This record gives sequence, C-alpha cells and structure tokens, in this order.
Amino acid sequence: MQRIINFVLRNRNTFLYSFLMLISLSLTVRSHSYHQSKFFNSSKWLTGNVYGVAANVSSYFGLREENERLVQENERLRLLLFNAKEITAQQLDSAFTTNYEVFSANLIKNSFSSPRNYLTIDKGENQQVEQDMGVITTKGILGIVENASSNFATVQSVLNTKSNINAKIKNTNYFGSLIWDAQDYNVVQLIDIPRLVPLVVGDTIVTGAMSSIFPENIPIGVIKRYDLNTSRSFYNIDVELFNDMSNVKNVYLIKNKSRNEIKELEERTANE
Amino acid sequence: MNNAIFINSLRFVLLVLTQVLIFNTLNFLGFINPLIYVIFFYWYPLKSNRAIFMLTSFFLGFIIDIFSDTLALHSIAALTVAYARPVIMRFCFGVNYEFQNFSFKNTTKVQRVTFLALLVLLHQVIFFSFEALSFSHFLLILKKVFATGIVTLVLCTLFSSLFSPQS
Repeated sequence: MQRIINFVLRNRNTFLYSFLMLISLSLTVRSHSYHQSKFFNSSKWLTGNVYGVAANVSSYFGLREENERLVQENERLRLLLFNAKEITAQQLDSAFTTNYEVFSANLIKNSFSSPRNYLTIDKGENQQVEQDMGVITTKGILGIVENASSNFATVQSVLNTKSNINAKIKNTNYFGSLIWDAQDYNVVQLIDIPRLVPLVVGDTIVTGAMSSIFPENIPIGVIKRYDLNTSRSFYNIDVELFNDMSNVKNVYLIKNKSRNEIKELEERTANE
Repeated sequence: MNNAIFINSLRFVLLVLTQVLIFNTLNFLGFINPLIYVIFFYWYPLKSNRAIFMLTSFFLGFIIDIFSDTLALHSIAALTVAYARPVIMRFCFGVNYEFQNFSFKNTTKVQRVTFLALLVLLHQVIFFSFEALSFSHFLLILKKVFATGIVTLVLCTLFSSLFSPQS
C-alpha cells in the first residue's frame, strides 16, 4: 500500500496530466460527434457580453459600408413592393397566413478559418430565438442557430464540416447536400447531384424545398467547378458563395412556424 | 510571492483578451490566426509547482476555448505544452536549469528563441492535429502549423522583448 501511494505521489504530475487530458479529450470528441456543448460556448453571459462590447466599438468602423448595403437592400425591397400588387391582395385574404417569421440580429463574433466555425449573434431566447432557426444575410445563407442563451445565440456556419444543408440548382428540382471541406472560406461543396443533370459553370445554387429550416430559393452561390465523384455516378460541385463570409454584420433569422408540425409528423411516420 | 501571483493573474487575463479580441479575428491571408498566448508558458516563473502550472495552463486554454467555440482544443494544446515544458527546458538550457540560481539572465538569446520556438511548435502541432482530427487533412494541418507557427513565433519574440520581465 505504502509503495502504491509513493508511486502515485512520485508521478502525481503525470496523473494530473492524464486526468485533465481525459476531460478535454472527452469534451473534444463529444463536440465533434454531437451538438456543440450546451454549457460552454460563446453565447453565455460573460463571453457574450465581452464580444458585445468589442462589436459595439468595432462596428463604428464599418458603418458607411453597412449603410450602403442596407440602402441597396431597401431599394430592392421597394422595387419588389411597388411591382407586386398581388401581395396586398393576398394579405387581405384571411385564409392566407405567413409561414415564416423574420427577425433581425447583429453578428458579434465571426469566424471562418477553423474547420468548425461558429458565429455569435446578439439575440437570444428573450427575443424568441431558438435552436434550428435559419440565418441569412442580404446576399445569401449563413448558417443555422445551434444554441441560444437568454440574450445571445451561437450559429453553426455553413463553413462547418458538420453542416449539411439541402440545396438545389435554381429553376430545377435536382437537389443535393451542401457541405464544406474546410479548404477555402469562399467555396462550399454540393454533393449527390446525379450525373445526368446538365450543369454549366456559373449556374446559381439555391436552398431546396426539402429543408424545414430554410424557405425555398434563398440564394447560396454559383457553380465554380464540377467533376464526377469516385463512383462516377454523382457530381461533386464547388460552389462559390455569394456571401463574403469574412465581412458579415447584419443578419436575418428565419423561423418556420410549421417546423414543429413537420418534425412531429416525420417522427410519427418513422416510428410506425 | 504575492507580486508574482498578481503579475501572472494579470498576464492571464490580458492574454485571454488579446487572444480572443484581437488575434482570433486577425485572419491574416484568410487563415492565419496567431496563438500568441503561448508566451504565457515562456513567461511563467521557471521555478514553480508543476501541478499548479498545469492547472493554470489548462484553465487558460479552457477559457480561450469557450470564447472561440473550439471546446477543449486550446486546453489540450496548452496542457501538453505545460507538461512538456521541463523537458524542452532541459533540451534548450542543458542541466544548468536545475540549479537554484538559474534565470533567463544567464542564457543566450539563441537559447531563449529556441525555447520559445519549441513551445510554439509543440502547441501548434497539437492544436491543429486535434482541430482536424483526421489524417486525411495532413497537408492542411502542415500548412497551418507552419504558416501560423512562424507568425506566432515572430509576434511572441516581439512581445517577449517588448514586455521583458527583467527590465
């Protein structure tokens, strides 16, 4: 017994090392295979507030650019508004209910250089933000809400090797999955498009209708390059994003009101 | 003694803030984010309780992890560097470092830079291997280790001469 205790005491640093290593390894492996940890992330009170203060200061330097972008968007929306008379007619119809709700938020922490990127926004559960809401910018998609605390939320970026979003080629119904190979922060990959589909470099890729998170036809990017995969039956397509992922400030959150219903139905069907 | 604790706590907080607010958002050339908090292991008192040093390093890494949503990657790297520091020190300074009156004053510049470079290299290799967590990204890991490692080393050398504890 004495010798065992002595042995432990002599190697106490190694034991401490192994112990702390085990803790961190288990956290790493869990965050790789499962959702990002619920308890330790940048949406929490302390980290969120630190990023909030920093974003407050740095946002002054990009105000002009941001204003220009918002003016451009307003212009586009006004154009839509003046040209689409039927919208007002639809709203008067009581049977017509909107399926999607839109909220705005500010990005307070951006990240695009690691293989698993998470962004932090300054809206949380108090502002009706919840898990699995879609996040877009004026130009295209950005990611999906992963965790929300009371005043902040973390977003799993499309630049995340765990990200998997339903996407299709514009004006067709050929759909595939949008993934990222961690190489270039402007380029994501679209896989599982069958080889019989005619493709042209420069074709637009938009979100598909199979997702209960994003509405259909939100722009993603254009085809930059494509080739067949190893089994030669599906295409691997490099998609250049419309969004400049390194320069994002104002984002919109999309909530699908019927998502819960769809989920429930799918679960019930799967269980039968 | 109290003075040392105070200085190291202050360093701890300042390094965390500099890392997460400045260097994590640097994105030099699109992917280079120097991990300058490695200099904490260089500055930490040479004669000290190893267990406390390892615990401090673990928490330093952990707090940076929480800020950057890379849970436990920085912790693993920081912990390993802290554990391996005596070995690296023996390699750089020879058996001298075990004497009671050893300090950075009686080492050469080359020895100190080698020491810092080895700390940075070990930290980068561990960090980026665990970040990718697969050997299929071997070239990507190598590219990141070298590019980020060199920038980190240059910045750390500058920092160490700017805020030298001796002067």
